[in-house]
Formats: sequence, C-alpha cells, structure tokens
Amino acid sequence: MQRTIEDINLKIKAGKAVVVNAEEVIGIVAKKGLSRAAREIDVVTTGTFSPMCSSGVYFNIGHSKPRIKLEAGKTFLNDVPAYTGFAATDVMLGATALPEGDPRNKMHPGDFNYGGGHVIEDLVSGKDVYFSATAYGTNCYPRKKLETWINMKDLNEAVLCNFRNAYQNYNVAVNLSDKTIYTYLGILKPRLGNAVYCSAGQLSPLLNDPLYKTIGIGSRIFLGGGTGFVAWQGTQHNPTVPRTEKQIPKKGAGTLTLIGDLKQMNARWLRGISMQGYGVSLSVGIGIPIPILNPEILEYATITDDDIIAPVMDYSKAYPQNIPEILAEVSYGRLKSGSICINNHDIPTSSLSSYSGALEIANTLKGWIKRGEFLLSEPVAPLPGLEDGSSTKPLNYRPVERNNNY
Amino acid sequence: MKVSKKIVLHFPARLVEEAIACRLAKDFDLQFNILKASIIPDSEGFIVLELTGEQEAYDQGIRFLTRAGIHIEALSQSVVRNEDKCTHCGACVTVCPTEAFEIEPPNRKIHFNHTKCIACGVCLKACPPRAMELHF
Repeated sequence: MQRTIEDINLKIKAGKAVVVNAEEVIGIVAKKGLSRAAREIDVVTTGTFSPMCSSGVYFNIGHSKPRIKLEAGKTFLNDVPAYTGFAATDVMLGATALPEGDPRNKMHPGDFNYGGGHVIEDLVSGKDVYFSATAYGTNCYPRKKLETWINMKDLNEAVLCNFRNAYQNYNVAVNLSDKTIYTYLGILKPRLGNAVYCSAGQLSPLLNDPLYKTIGIGSRIFLGGGTGFVAWQGTQHNPTVPRTEKQIPKKGAGTLTLIGDLKQMNARWLRGISMQGYGVSLSVGIGIPIPILNPEILEYATITDDDIIAPVMDYSKAYPQNIPEILAEVSYGRLKSGSICINNHDIPTSSLSSYSGALEIANTLKGWIKRGEFLLSEPVAPLPGLEDGSSTKPLNYRPVERNNNY
Repeated sequence: MKVSKKIVLHFPARLVEEAIACRLAKDFDLQFNILKASIIPDSEGFIVLELTGEQEAYDQGIRFLTRAGIHIEALSQSVVRNEDKCTHCGACVTVCPTEAFEIEPPNRKIHFNHTKCIACGVCLKACPPRAMELHF
C-alpha cells in the first residue's frame, strides 16, 4: 500500500479523507491490524500545547510622519523591550522578554507577572499595546521619540516565528535537594517531592513521526489557532540521541522552527505564562498532520504512552551544573498513572504540557481536514535525520584574556 | 449535633492585635485548627480556620465573631479558578498540599475540587497562566 500527498489532497477536497487523531489511531490499529488500517486511514493528526520559550513575533509598524528609524535605539511594547536591530520599522519581540522595571528574582522566587509572552497574547487578542521608542535621528529619519498605541490590525505584517518548538520528548524534572526549587518546569518540591513532565506523549507531533519521514521543511500545520508552516529544524535539533527499538528518542531530540501569520491566530492557543522564580514564556498550540503514505508511517504514528521513555533528571544539581546524569528512565504510561518510583520513593507526577489542549488541537485539525479547509503540503526538504549525524554540542568555553581585541 | 466547617475570618486592622480565636475555645467550647493565617500589626489580616463543635455553640461563636467586626466566609469561596484562563496543563496538581486538583479521564482535564481546598494559596503563583484567584 502506497499513497501520495496528492492522492490524500484529492480525497480531502472531495470531503472523503479518513482522518483520526494520534490517540484514536492506537485502538483502530489494534482492532483492524496495521495493513487494513493503513489502507483506510489517510491522515493522523497530532497536537501539543505547552510553554515553548524560543517563540516570538516580528512585525512592521509602518512609517510615522516624520519618520523614525527604530534601529539601534530602544523600543518597548507595554514596557517590555523589543529587538530592533533590523530595518527602520521592523520590530521583533521574544516570549521571555521582561520589562526593565521587573524585580526579577531580587525577592526569590520572583512573580514574573508580565512579559513578552503576555504582549504576544495581548496583540493576538486584538488589544491595544503601548508602543514607546527612542532613536538617535538621522537626516533621512529625523524623529527621536515615538509614543503611540499599536494594534495588530494596523500592523503591516505580524508574524509568529518560533525557532525551537515541539520538542521531540523531554526531561522529567525532580529535586533531590532539601529545599523547594523554582524551575522552567515549575515548582519542584524537596527530596523527590514531585516529578514534572512536559510532552503530549502519544499525541506529540514528532513522537508520531520519529524519523521525520513526513514532517519536513514546508509542512503546513496548525499553529496558534491558525495555520503555519515548518520553516526549518529548530535550534538544538538533535536527531542522533539514543532511541528505543521503535525509533523513539529516549530524551529530547528533534525540534522545529515554525512560522505563521499572527493575524489569523487565536489567543486561546497563544498564552503568556508566568513561571514563579523563573520568568515568563508563551504556551503555543501546535498540530501537525501525518499523511499515511504507507503502513510503516502508520506504525510509527501508532505509538502509545507506554512506548515513550523519558529521562528523569535532578534539577537541583545535575541540570543546572550541566552534568549529564540521568536518575532513571520512565515511560509516559507510568508518568500519567500519577506516580513513579525512584530510589524506592513513590513520587507524585504532574504535567506542564496540557494533554486536553493537545487533544483539542488534534481534533480541531482533524475537523479542518475532514471539511476540506486544510490541505497537506509536500515538504520541500527533509529535516536533518539520523544519517546527517548532527548533534547538539555544549558551549565550547574558552577563557577570555584581559585586553583582548575583537 | 456536631459540626465542622472551614471558614475564613477577615480581620479589620483595628482587631488584628486582639486575641479573638482563643475565645472560641474558652467561651464557646469550640475546637479550632488554624490552616493558614496572615496577621500583620496595623493592617488587615485573615485566618483560615477549621472550626468544630456543637451546632448551637458553633452558631454562638460565629455570632460573637461577627459582632466583633470580623467578616466571615466559607472557605470554598476563597480560591476560585478563572475558567477562561486555565489551560489544563497540570502544574497545580502536585503543588497542592491537599490534592484538590484531580486529573479527569479520558481527556485529562484538571478538575478543581473546592471541598478539598484549604485556600493556602500555593497554587496562585504556581499556575503558569495565573488562572487561580483569591477572592475575598
């Protein structure tokens, strides 16, 4: 059995495509068998909804009268600093940026009530955002100060551009120390008081296509409630990590760079979040369709939580000191049972990734495809895979001499 | 008939330095268990109490507190989840000391069980989208 994306798109246009989500497919394949299910199913939809820090937006505010060039000046959105090292009126804002006046962790743990992720949520909600900028002024761009309200509908372009999303598997965080710690995976109670995981597991996009056989550069996806595309592999894309027999990475592996028009997205799936004692971020909703081109691809998309193994890491010492020490490996099936057992401790588990959100995204995408509103795209290039041999390196630390010139 | 209820006492600033809770035991024969308290001299304060005793004594104790100028409300009303903000991620689940957050199959939505909540407030800042709110 072999089909092409073109075949699938013809069925989608005719309203005849058979689409199921990555949870439903498990039961269907168990009941009907792989080859019959592969003949029947055209698309499996995946989903994930979770904090993803390497997310941001760029936009163009249009030229003021007189003109200002924001380059090399200072620009703020609701007091959150934006990056303007581009052309005159292009602005980029990252999800983790904080207002200069935010007390951060001066009183630990800090609250981190508002930052870049929240500005992105406000923009996509259609709220007015307070824009303030100073610049140095030139003959062609004389203005040195600009204060105004901006609104997404008035921006020339507003683009969500996330250069590391949809991590393929992730660490499970615990705390071996004697005091509570506050991390990007949430609050970790002392002496193995809890364990936090952060993946949609059997619904997660890259875990359902572990060897990147269908998800590639140019894949059309659900992004932030609208549609977007895979633009590139994400930063720290690391396909060469150890894998299980079913080719599922046993730790964080592949990642994606995603891009899409912010104007057609929805604040329901782009949410500013605050991590106590850590900072701010953006929860991003992503859904990726997997075209069932052959039974092998379907088999990969049939993984269950029991097939996915994640590394448990101590976030009081091993993680911060960058010591690659893994305390244990646990399955997502165990993690979702409510507790795991490590060193004879029963440790209650919780998630930072919203499974119900992931399921809703997978079902929304399923609905779009079934109604013919969303066509699959053929990737224009594959993501780097195992055969490319690329792996993520730690920083090559080199001591800096005094009086060095650069 | 014996009753046991969890209540929040809101003290105006003028009453913060008065010994009031102990009179519930002394004058009304009520048992109290302080679940949480924030009492700072010269500012408003609150105590979360589990109050146990005979119904009649309980009612008299509540009347005494009300007359003293203390505002009383049932505990379950104090921590409220803003349903529009909750993303059902689950960050609250293991942070809550009374296991008031329960994962509901089949779609693993997070259910907030008010009856288990002691309004300790730990979840307020542990919630990434800040969906948990303390309502007075």
